[in-house]
This record gives sequence, C-alpha cells and structure tokens, in this order.
Amino acid sequence: MLAKRIIPCLDVKDGRVVKGVNFVNLRDAGDPVELAATYDREGADELVFLDISASVEGRATMIEVVKRTAGEITIPFTVGGGISHVDDMTRLLRAGADKIGINTAAIKNKSLVSDGARRFGSQCIVVAIDAKFNSEWGEWEVYTHGGRQSTGIRALEWAREAEKLGAGELLLTSMDADGTKDGFDVKLTAAVSNSVGIPVIASGGAGLIQHFHEVFEEARADAALAATIFHYKEMTIQEVKEDLRKKGVEVR
Amino acid sequence: MIAIIDYGMGNLHSVSKAVERLGYEAVVTADPQQIVEADGAILPGVGAFGDAMANLRDTGLDEVVKLYAASGKPILGICLGMQLLFSESEEYGKNEGLGLLPGEVIRFSGDFKIPHMGWNKLSFLQGNSPLFRGLEGGHVYFVHSFHAKTGLASDLLATTDYYGPVTAIVGRGNVYGMQFHPEKSGDLGMALLGNFLALSGSGKPQTAMA
Repeated sequence: MLAKRIIPCLDVKDGRVVKGVNFVNLRDAGDPVELAATYDREGADELVFLDISASVEGRATMIEVVKRTAGEITIPFTVGGGISHVDDMTRLLRAGADKIGINTAAIKNKSLVSDGARRFGSQCIVVAIDAKFNSEWGEWEVYTHGGRQSTGIRALEWAREAEKLGAGELLLTSMDADGTKDGFDVKLTAAVSNSVGIPVIASGGAGLIQHFHEVFEEARADAALAATIFHYKEMTIQEVKEDLRKKGVEVR
Repeated sequence: MIAIIDYGMGNLHSVSKAVERLGYEAVVTADPQQIVEADGAILPGVGAFGDAMANLRDTGLDEVVKLYAASGKPILGICLGMQLLFSESEEYGKNEGLGLLPGEVIRFSGDFKIPHMGWNKLSFLQGNSPLFRGLEGGHVYFVHSFHAKTGLASDLLATTDYYGPVTAIVGRGNVYGMQFHPEKSGDLGMALLGNFLALSGSGKPQTAMA
C-alpha cells in the first residue's frame, strides 16, 4: 500500500526563501535549493515550492531555482504560484518540476486544469484549494488570491469539479486552521477526501506531532503539508514519521 | 559514459543529474553513434506508449535500442521506458513494443485510485540480482496508470503491492527496467540506480582512501 506522505512547503520570492527559516548548518538559509536538499536528506517525501514573486524577473528566477533543485534532490517536487498558462507549466516541467500547483487561475479558467492534464497527464496537475467555513451555508467556501477573495463557490463542489477536469491531486488548505497550530482541519479534509477519488494533501494547522496521525486516520488524507513547524525545527520529519510508524501508519 | 536516450518523451534533466551525482558521466543524446558507443544506456520516458513507440520508430532509435540490448552492455528502461521493453501494450489500442522482454502492458482496473502514485514498498523476488547488492528493500516513488505483466517469471525481479502484485523491477541478462522513478526515490532509488550503473564499469575512479 502507498505510504502516507509528509511534505514541507517553501515560500519563495525572487529566488529566495521567505518566512524565517531556522536551520543551523546551512551556508545560506535563504537558498531554496539548499533547503530542499536538507529536507530531502531528512526524509521528506515530496516538496512544494510556492512562488510568491510578483514580478516577471522573480518568476524567471524561479525557473532557475527549479532547474537547480531538480539536479540536487531525489524526491518529487511541486511548483505553484502565479501559473496561469499552459506555457508556464511547460517551462516549469521542462526545468525539472514534477507537478504544477494551480489555485486562483484554475477557478478563473477551468480549461487550464483540463488542458494541463491532457498535455502532461493528470499526475502533473495539483489543484490547490483554499477553503474557509461559511457558517451561513454550513459548509466551506473557496477563497482565491492567497485567501483574500471569497468566490461564492462551495469547496466540495469545486473539489469534485477539479477531479472531473483532470486534477491528479488536491492540495487543500484550511484557512480556519492555518496558523493556529491547533491541528489540521479534520472535518474539512474528511469531507473533501470522501467527495473525490484523487489524493488529498491536507494543509494548515500542524502544531503537534499527533496532528499528523489525526489527519491521516480521521480525515483519510493521503499526505500532510506543513511549513513553519519544520522550518523552525519545532519537530523534524523523522520524529513525525516515527510517531506514525509506532501508531501503525505506513510511512517511508 | 552513460547515454540517456532522448526521443522527445519527457524531462531527462533529473535522470542525467542523478547519474552524474553517482559519479558517472552522462550524455543526453539522440545520436545513434553516441548511444552505441556508451558503456551503459538509459531509456527514460513519461507519457503515452503509442506516442513513445512512434517517436522511437520515426527516429530509428527503436533499432538502436535493440542493437544496444543485443550488444550485452547494460540498458535500463525507467517508467514508460521499462514498459517499452515489452512485447505490446493495450494503451489506447494495441501497440507493439520493443519486444526485448515477453509480456504485455495493461491498464490498472478496479475500484481504487489510478494512477498508482506515491511511495510504495518493494519486495525483492530475486535477491541475487546485482541490482540488489547491499540493499534490503524499502519504498520507492511510482507514478503510472499501466503496468507490465511479465511473460516469464524469471524476468520479474521485484514487485510492489497495489491492490495485488505490481511489476516494479524486471531484468534479463543485461536488460533491466524499473517501473518507479529511481531518480525520484530517495536513497534507495539512488542505490538501485548506482547498482545498475556499476554494471557498465565506467564509473569515475573514486578518490583513494588513505
């Protein structure tokens, strides 16, 4: 059976890692390639780079980061952020990325998902969904533009539609849980997992080691993503995996 | 020198870098001469079986690969490259493969997630294979919707379990194939690739230990 995956996420701006990263023994803690290699050595199963550059130059720099990363690490990695054309996908995949994450652009232009899947295969297309509970509806709503804009779209509906369009995987971020360190959003993740037949990566809220077990066991997530807790060495990937192994969850 | 055969199917950068990191010279090439002269060859590949075979035939590289396999020098198919080694595939209608190994490539079918994507555990069936030297198994990274059914049990070196046994590593003589991506499979993937490359006998001399 497939092992549950632990995925660190790196925010990259103009070729540099943003959000303080607290690694010792790095020559350059801001270099995404060096950090990626460190996570690879520490047992990460996959990596996500989120490019938050706002400029054309920043995006061009990302291509270089992807090329260098592909030459350094031995695990798959996804690149997301600001991808709005199939040409962007082609460039990143050619540079060595394994998967492409699309969020806002997928909502604005759904054919981006289907075109990308047809051209490169579903396994390359990760649709990222930022969701927040809407108490009027009693269910979750999709937000775009880094969580700043509500869309009026129901998250479960969008998840199902993204799968139909050809997404190979969903990267689901709970805006309610994100930053709280109170644990992943088990209810949201379970609701989405039960609505689709493609893997779901849970994101947002990791604070304690047992949170990973919770989201795998109670919410049927296939993978869990975290940033801060790994960057600040609050726990290591090996510690998380050791805990999961002890509890009978298959990990690499 | 290790030739990474470039026939327009997928990104070869990661494979070539992995080979270099293991201490071998790599060249990504479509030049028959360069391929034939290499000490070892890798046939990578991502995409559809039919397109891949068409590309190989159009460029004449299908014959080059067969010639290479007949030369006795080690050749490794990765992912789709492994599937191409077989006689035929049912992907989008029947397609003839390179026929270096008897067997066929069929689609996963069942009430489970397809593609088979992620880290799965290898079971070594033939522990004496030189590919497994010094290794005990572990997880490697798979991404595929089709899988190979070997015609001969002796060609099947390792399997994984995804709702039944799935062909993971095949080999006969100097011809090898890996369904997963060794270049994306952490230390174990690199070690398996390293054991294959060692068969080429073309590694850079290691710095002597004092």
